[in-house]
Amino acid sequence: MTELLDIARRVADQAGAGEQVEAFVARERDASVRVYEGEVEHLTSAQSEGIGVRVIKDGRVGFAYAGTLDHESIAEVLAEARDNVAFGTPDEWAGMATPDGVPPADVDLWREALASYPTDSKVALALELERTTLALDPRLRVEDANYADVLAESAVATSTGIAQAGRATGCYVSVSTIADDGSETQTGFGFSVGRAPDDIDVAKAAADGADRAVRMLGAIKPASRKLTVVFDPFVTAQFLGVLSATLNGESVLKGRSLFAHRVGEEVAASLVTLVDDATNPLAFSATPLDGEGLATRRSVLIEDGVLQRFVQSSYSGRRSGTASTGNATRGGFKSTPGCGCLALSLTPGTRAQPELVAAIDDGVLIQMVQGLHSGVNPVSGDFSTGASGLLISGGELGAPVREFTIGSTIQRMLQDVVEIGGDVEWLPMSAAGVSLVIRDVTMSGA
Amino acid sequence: MGRIVERQRVGAARSGAEDGDEDTAEAGDEDTGSVIVMIDQGVLERVLSSALRRGGEFAEVYAEDKRSSSAHLDDGKVEQVTSGRDRGAGIRVVAGDTTGYAHTADLSEAGLQAAAEAAAAAARKGGGGSNVVALDRRPTRPVNDVETFPETVAKATKVDLLTKANDAARSMSGAVVQVSAGYGDSRRRLLVANSDGLLTEDDQVRTLFRINVVASGDAGLQTGYESMGHTIGFELFDRRDVTELARQAAQRALTKLDSRPAPSGQMPVVIKAGSGGVLFHEACGHGLEADLVGKGASVFRNRVGEQVAAPWITLVDDGTMTAEWGAISIDDEGHPSQRNVLIQDGVLTDYMWDFLRSRKEGHAQSGNGRRESYRDLPMVRMTNTFVLNGTEDPDAIIRATDHGVYVAQLGGGQVNTATGDFVFGMTEAYLIENGELTDPIREGNLIGNGPQVLKDIDLLGNDFAMGNPGTCGKDGQGVPVGDGQPTLRVKALTIGGTAA
Repeated sequence: MTELLDIARRVADQAGAGEQVEAFVARERDASVRVYEGEVEHLTSAQSEGIGVRVIKDGRVGFAYAGTLDHESIAEVLAEARDNVAFGTPDEWAGMATPDGVPPADVDLWREALASYPTDSKVALALELERTTLALDPRLRVEDANYADVLAESAVATSTGIAQAGRATGCYVSVSTIADDGSETQTGFGFSVGRAPDDIDVAKAAADGADRAVRMLGAIKPASRKLTVVFDPFVTAQFLGVLSATLNGESVLKGRSLFAHRVGEEVAASLVTLVDDATNPLAFSATPLDGEGLATRRSVLIEDGVLQRFVQSSYSGRRSGTASTGNATRGGFKSTPGCGCLALSLTPGTRAQPELVAAIDDGVLIQMVQGLHSGVNPVSGDFSTGASGLLISGGELGAPVREFTIGSTIQRMLQDVVEIGGDVEWLPMSAAGVSLVIRDVTMSGA
Repeated sequence: MGRIVERQRVGAARSGAEDGDEDTAEAGDEDTGSVIVMIDQGVLERVLSSALRRGGEFAEVYAEDKRSSSAHLDDGKVEQVTSGRDRGAGIRVVAGDTTGYAHTADLSEAGLQAAAEAAAAAARKGGGGSNVVALDRRPTRPVNDVETFPETVAKATKVDLLTKANDAARSMSGAVVQVSAGYGDSRRRLLVANSDGLLTEDDQVRTLFRINVVASGDAGLQTGYESMGHTIGFELFDRRDVTELARQAAQRALTKLDSRPAPSGQMPVVIKAGSGGVLFHEACGHGLEADLVGKGASVFRNRVGEQVAAPWITLVDDGTMTAEWGAISIDDEGHPSQRNVLIQDGVLTDYMWDFLRSRKEGHAQSGNGRRESYRDLPMVRMTNTFVLNGTEDPDAIIRATDHGVYVAQLGGGQVNTATGDFVFGMTEAYLIENGELTDPIREGNLIGNGPQVLKDIDLLGNDFAMGNPGTCGKDGQGVPVGDGQPTLRVKALTIGGTAA
């Protein structure tokens, strides 16, 4: 880690008069195993590293990156970034982050146990997952069972005083299942994630993979109508991912958020409280530092249905007359920092999913959605997605249904939230899952 | 999860946040020669030999040197110009049904030997031995012709395109409230050497431009998008002017300001030529990839020789289609690209193949073994996938439709190949009432089932066109793909709107 920080510092220190320089350096070691029918299909191990350098002069930004860390590459990257500066448009708000005195949360994301975990054990976990899944139901096939892990380190330094480094470990198992009863096939998936192999729950991954596929056998295309939907936690987390684009301070400044100018208004049902908090160690995307090296922090975005604020990077904070909320995002060394939510969660209610279902007369439990990237527009708010799940009739789960869409708008869905479950589940994405009940959604099918 | 596969438009904004880095581009050295000497032949032979030292029947070195350049405009400002370089090698060793893979950014002999050792260890099967590899350099038949290598064009010239597009879009109407535009070029030089003696190289140049417009009206915000991308150099902009592209994107956003909620339920859908190749990409393209078929994760398994589509449907995947976004001279396993007829007159003729699947089933490779970068294992991927012309006049297709939806631009899509259920987004669409286009409708997904939809295409136009460049995602890897089709009608598709 200190090695990476030294590299970043050496680059940042080369800033000339009137020039700001930022270097982001990353290194990753990863392994992945896929097994099929009791044999290893492939096993990959690799290390990759790279550097991204951003230069700002007279309000103009230039950027360059390289997927290597030798001296020659680093010198070339800095020279290219400087050369690119000339072509930017001056922007009075452009600038690097500066230290703001907020101490990074004490979140330890590194598990030494993963660093020394032997390859044979990784293969064994994937094989165990395949075996366990197949044993659950004779109608099941496993398309693939996987184990993957990553050990990641990164450092960021700027000529404005930022010098931070961090590291994290992560691993998961996943299984893709096919239920085949001879006349039709249905599919499912299951997974379990953690920071070290001890966190992995193979039995849960197998059970989820089996249930999701088997319970869809016999699925029909439902009739079109308006009804109440219950999002499974996995679907809610994806929905929050879409919602996050509307709560981003940079989108607001650029006129791309449907919530611009609505702070203080009731944008959701009063039982909705939405928080972004990457300092929560339970979050898969937990991190003490944001993409610019500032401390992450807890931000309440919607409280009791009222819009409170947007998340900010240093750029959007400066330009909007507020300050960074520690929400700079960074996709890796190949990109410059952006702005976005890091770890969203809805404040949970108290009831478990079966109790939520019991309260619904005509509804559908949405188990999977398809095409969130193609049918949802976070600028206009239009929401339409392919879905599959189980009908709810008179408070009970009924027939499996598929090949239909659910549609509404993001604005209406927030107002139409009826209940939030008590079953918070942190998933491998930047939002937590929880069962979510929304009324008056259009189901479009036969 | 290999079976959930999706296609996105190039540079699609992730979660609505603009991200300049998706328009990758390559700038850099002045060497525009055709012979790529990334690694000495003797080094390659020694590395392949040691890769097989611990057993295994096949070893391969894939090396890549990719330079990119991009520029991004948003909110009236050129936010940044980016240059990137990524180079490295991936080594795989195949022993029985097991593949070991390792990659490295260190292209020295020592770096490659270390990766070879790691790949060999991953594929170990006991045994071991020695294997002398002698490489035979095979010339590549170039599919694409580059006139102006983007690295020879001044950065200022590239940036000018952005401001030109921004001005053109904003001058359309005061209701245009935001514009973002991206320019990107990339030059990807690759080398493949394997223990069968193959040594081959390719030099792939791609250039693209995209624009995203936000318009504001009484009913809120609407967006319009356009893009163009080809496997050629800067001459892309002689083919089509960016101002025309910008006006089209702006017009799309403005038109949608007056849109009505999309209908819900099943109805006939007419899809404009060159806008809906993604329909076939999702409805059957992925399901015809031999790796998914081989694992029983495709509804098209065991169906070669059967009538799977209406008799007027002939579906082709063609990596040799000059200059198209998915055009390649060789695939990422070194196999020359080719034209593959997948469905002939409605009858399924063949799947698409990569090295591993071909080897397992004793089938010829089809030039579809592709990967995103040297960090990834190759798998079966599409190139340019399209449906050949039918005979109908496109206007007559609309006139023949009493009540339905006309889709003028499709967004991305996603398919579950094991069930055949797929969705795709409509980003510009109109109602058809009494054989005429009427009101624009709001965005949404359409959903259908691949095998059913192929049979339900009841009218096929004679106005074939290729569509916008796309990025196809499978197992976490994105590769450039093209698609195309004439105007066509599906007699029943489910529209995912909210109106009754």
